[in-house]
Amino acid sequence: MYQADWSVIPQNIGLLLDGVLLTLQISALALIISIPVGVILGLCRISKNKILSLLATAYIEFIRGVPLLVLLFWIFFVLGKFLQLGPYWSAVLGLAAFSGAFVAEIIRAGIESIPRGQMEAARSSGMTYFQAMRLIILPQAFRKMLPPLASQFIILIKDSSLVSVISVTDLTLVAKNLIVTSFRSLEVWTAVAILYFIITFTLSQIIRIFERKFKLRE
Amino acid sequence: MIRIKGVKKSFGDLKVLNNINLEIPQSNVSAIIGPSGAGKSTLIRAVNALEDIDSGEIIVDGVSVHDKKTNINKIRTEIGFVFQSFNLYPFLTALENVTIASINVKKTDKAEAIERGRELLSSLGLEDKFHSYPSKLSGGQQQRVAIARALAMDPKVMLFDEPTSALDPEMIKEVLDAIRKLAKSGMTMMVVTHEMGFAKEMCDQIVFMADGSIIEVAPPKTFFTNPVSPRAQDFLSKVLNH
Ligand SMILES: Nc1ncnc2c1ncn2[C@@H]1O[C@H](COP(=O)(O)OP(=O)(O)OP(=O)(O)O)[C@@H](O)[C@H]1O
Ligand SMILES: [Mg+2]
Repeated sequence: MYQADWSVIPQNIGLLLDGVLLTLQISALALIISIPVGVILGLCRISKNKILSLLATAYIEFIRGVPLLVLLFWIFFVLGKFLQLGPYWSAVLGLAAFSGAFVAEIIRAGIESIPRGQMEAARSSGMTYFQAMRLIILPQAFRKMLPPLASQFIILIKDSSLVSVISVTDLTLVAKNLIVTSFRSLEVWTAVAILYFIITFTLSQIIRIFERKFKLRE
Repeated sequence: MIRIKGVKKSFGDLKVLNNINLEIPQSNVSAIIGPSGAGKSTLIRAVNALEDIDSGEIIVDGVSVHDKKTNINKIRTEIGFVFQSFNLYPFLTALENVTIASINVKKTDKAEAIERGRELLSSLGLEDKFHSYPSKLSGGQQQRVAIARALAMDPKVMLFDEPTSALDPEMIKEVLDAIRKLAKSGMTMMVVTHEMGFAKEMCDQIVFMADGSIIEVAPPKTFFTNPVSPRAQDFLSKVLNH
């Protein structure tokens, strides 16, 4: 029978936590980049300008139709070589490009859920389209977008485990390396699964608190 | 103050405005009345370009509203608009609703805008509602906040699209009183309304619309006692006898 030996975990806790940190860092950076990308794409998508809306739709459909793994390889081996990005920024960019398409849809849905009368009231008081968006529509849409954006972040953290294939030492790659030296795959993968869960669970709890705060204010 | 000249508009095959001509002098209060689907909302929304027009011209305070060269945002600050469904910003307090445009569009000093906002809300009987969110206000209070919001830009004309139609009967009076006070102050106004009593007593002219056309324009006395057109006679016999 297999004799579990958990000592490998505390012995390498520093390495594992470095992996956690890198995972969080890459996911957060990707999210931060994907929000403006998503806002622009989302606004283009609902724009009356046919070309803008077509371009945004094409991008979103393309990204949704390509596996993230393939996208990461393409960015790392093609775009990354061309722009000298290196694994870290290839990973961030790949995740941001991927997540941007989903954030765009979240933002579009959020904006479209605000009644037409809000935009009309804002415009009729002399606000420009962008003032109305910034001052009236987006603050309301943002409240509705918070839960799906938060789920998107959690998805991003989980998806980010794929960046290990382009040699970014995130939590997953740390685990793989650890197993090569210690042969303790049961212990290491169990610990890693728990670590991912702790991250995502903590996040979803924090988000829940924020949501409750926002609700109180109306 | 408002000149509407040869305005036409269709939604697809449906002609909603059919060569509309109308003149509203300074300090005039005009009631726009007529059956449902007549094009009243489309017309009043065209005055501040919430609705495009296909041809013709609308001039407000000397500015051609639909001209491509016109700064539409600038002329809109001169035109207050009050909606049937209030359209208050639900995430802002009453006072913030009133001040947000003057602070961000007119760049009024914040303290000054707040001072003016308090004044306006108080003059409409809302002195204890400055910090209430719209969801905590009654329909009549919400519509008065909406009127204050429009007045905060110091407009030269005010447009109302059925301001009392979404209100419970007991709240109609408080909103009509606010509009009445405004009329007394000399504001130029267009009011789409189904409140015939209000139109009769308050307005300088009645504009009767049906099927996308203005059928009759007359002073209220003449219109309500001696309507000329059969359409107006028919309409009046229906609304006055129910
Ligand atoms: N966005 C639109 N698309 C298509 N048709 C429209 C649109 N807006 C209005 N219409 C049509 O135009 C006609 C005039 O509408 P409008 O809202 O101006 O009438 P109204 O006189 O204000 O009626 P009510 O008293 O019911 O408010 C109606 O037949 C309406 O169905
Ligand atoms: Mg209408």
